[in-house]
Amino acid sequence: MLETSPLETFLRGVAILLVILFFMFPIFWIVLMSFQTNETILRIPPSFIFEPTFDNYRALITGKLETNAASLDIAFMRNMGNSVLLSVGAVLLALILGVPAAYSFARHKTRFSEDIAFTLLSFRFAPPLLVLLPLTIYFQKLGLSDTYFGLIWVYQLICLPLILWIVRGYFEDISEDVEYAYRIGGHSWFETFRKIAVPLAGPGIAAAGLLAFIFAWNNFIFALVLASADKQPVTVGALAFVTASGIQYGQIAAAIVLSITPTLLLAVYAQKYLVEGLSLGAVKG
Amino acid sequence: MTEKSLKGLQLDRIVKRYKGDTVLNGISLSVDSGSTLVLFGPSGAGKTVLLRTIAGVIEPDSGQVSINGQDMSGVDPEDRGVGMAFQNFALFPHMSAYKNIASSIEVKERSASRLDAAVRSVAELLKIDQVLDHAPRALSNGQKQRTALARALVGSPSLLLLDDPLRNVDAKLRFEMRIELPALLAQQGTTVVYVTQDYKEAMALGDTIVVMTEGNIQQTGTPAEIYLSPATIDIAKQFGDPVINLFDVTPQRDNKGQYISLSNSRIYLENGIADLTNGEYVLGIRPQALRFSSASDEESIAATVEAVTPLNEKTVTLLLTAGGRELLLSRPAGLDDPEQGPVHVSFDPSAIHLFEKDSGKRVELINTKTEAVA
Repeated sequence: MLETSPLETFLRGVAILLVILFFMFPIFWIVLMSFQTNETILRIPPSFIFEPTFDNYRALITGKLETNAASLDIAFMRNMGNSVLLSVGAVLLALILGVPAAYSFARHKTRFSEDIAFTLLSFRFAPPLLVLLPLTIYFQKLGLSDTYFGLIWVYQLICLPLILWIVRGYFEDISEDVEYAYRIGGHSWFETFRKIAVPLAGPGIAAAGLLAFIFAWNNFIFALVLASADKQPVTVGALAFVTASGIQYGQIAAAIVLSITPTLLLAVYAQKYLVEGLSLGAVKG
Repeated sequence: MTEKSLKGLQLDRIVKRYKGDTVLNGISLSVDSGSTLVLFGPSGAGKTVLLRTIAGVIEPDSGQVSINGQDMSGVDPEDRGVGMAFQNFALFPHMSAYKNIASSIEVKERSASRLDAAVRSVAELLKIDQVLDHAPRALSNGQKQRTALARALVGSPSLLLLDDPLRNVDAKLRFEMRIELPALLAQQGTTVVYVTQDYKEAMALGDTIVVMTEGNIQQTGTPAEIYLSPATIDIAKQFGDPVINLFDVTPQRDNKGQYISLSNSRIYLENGIADLTNGEYVLGIRPQALRFSSASDEESIAATVEAVTPLNEKTVTLLLTAGGRELLLSRPAGLDDPEQGPVHVSFDPSAIHLFEKDSGKRVELINTKTEAVA
């Protein structure tokens, strides 16, 4: 590479800073908001200078929202719990179903396997709202509406195709000879899948799992329609901050900060896998 | 089945097609217990597919594989009791060399101490006992290749399948292994099917060589048979270095019989074989069968030296005949060879090969002899 001049380095730094500012400012502003009261948030002109308060976080964690008019119960922590339960459950189920399916699509191609794989992917094309109305009726008849299991099942629409398609690429990248060698060594196909294919596709499975988790965590519409208050995740629960006495911006901001924390931590932890994983899948010939 | 007819491996009309392409076109062959069969042929000949069919990882469309007299139809690869080494080594990247080798016997060998002893003894045999705890990526190509071989050998399989195991190793190691392998295989006493594209490997290792092209067997024979009586022009070209001299010829007839004209001599083909007159044929003479001779030898061919290539153990000379044909002549090094100018060469007429031009098939000759044109 050519030597870069100090000016170029400087301009590049400015450009990167601008991009970071553009993308990160809303998050940064929300973090600031979460430490302010509604009054300081809404003052005009807005200012970076304020006296920080932990009231918003306290309200969320204790579950008591004190407004000027009344004291409201908020179920934020319960919503967090629901989010964790639903997302983890959905990703686990999708992995249990999707990884063997991906292996099958990668290794045992039959006449219709390509069509089936595409059909599964096409679930991601349909607007969720279109599916939801008939699904609501079915779920009520089956007794699945407003159950964790029902929601986790619906979440498969989000998680399963993602895991299936990403992991399949990884399995296809593994040399068949390696698997043949293990089988000739006296192992069943299932052992070969467990001891060779899954470990070698590990980074891909981790990346797909993480991505599926993020999508599941951020889902709003399924839970809004199919779950009642006590089963709702944070995305839906945040609606509760729009109260009769006004919109609780401070609490919303604090709720956002709290709810992005788990995915953020997970993403930072798994960043290496995520980048390696997704780009590896992408350059596959 | 009696002891005498026991075959280590028998293939009966194996057919395999991929999307309409016939990769194996009814392959039948058998290998005596304890002997080595080499599958030789260019890439795409179907050698690897055949090997995988024997191993059971590919199902043939039709045909039967029998190992030690037992029909293997519907038998999973893990139950066939074969060992296999792959061209690309196919080591398990997430396991140490030791675990790679042990994986072949861990299922049937329950005793940890016997497993350990087996792995260490085969590692010692292949000189990789120092690197057993290394991951495959920390091994050199030669060590990888030996690890792959050790993994195939460790269980003392009755049938060993080796898919071009020396393809991806450097020349020195390939040479070493070409010497070591036959002894190693003989020591194991297993039946071996060995795939290669290198004719020297085929000649060095095979009790029998099967030459394949495009899913068909072209010729089966001992290394000597393949070299001395190649069934087709292609086989004649593939076995031998430098490559065999080939000329288009049209046999003629005079009162002494059928002959092929070459410079100022005629090669008479014994009467009693089919009439070749006026047909289009290809004459083959191995460079090693040619020798320099004196001008007084009436049957010799006049030529000029075009180029001399000394190859240490042999010297290859490119000659141009009076008729404008190029000839390669190969002699052991150290002889006093003419470096340039006009020369005469002659050859033993029994060493010539004749092939049909269209089909490339060999024409059997008897009692050929040369005579100078009067």
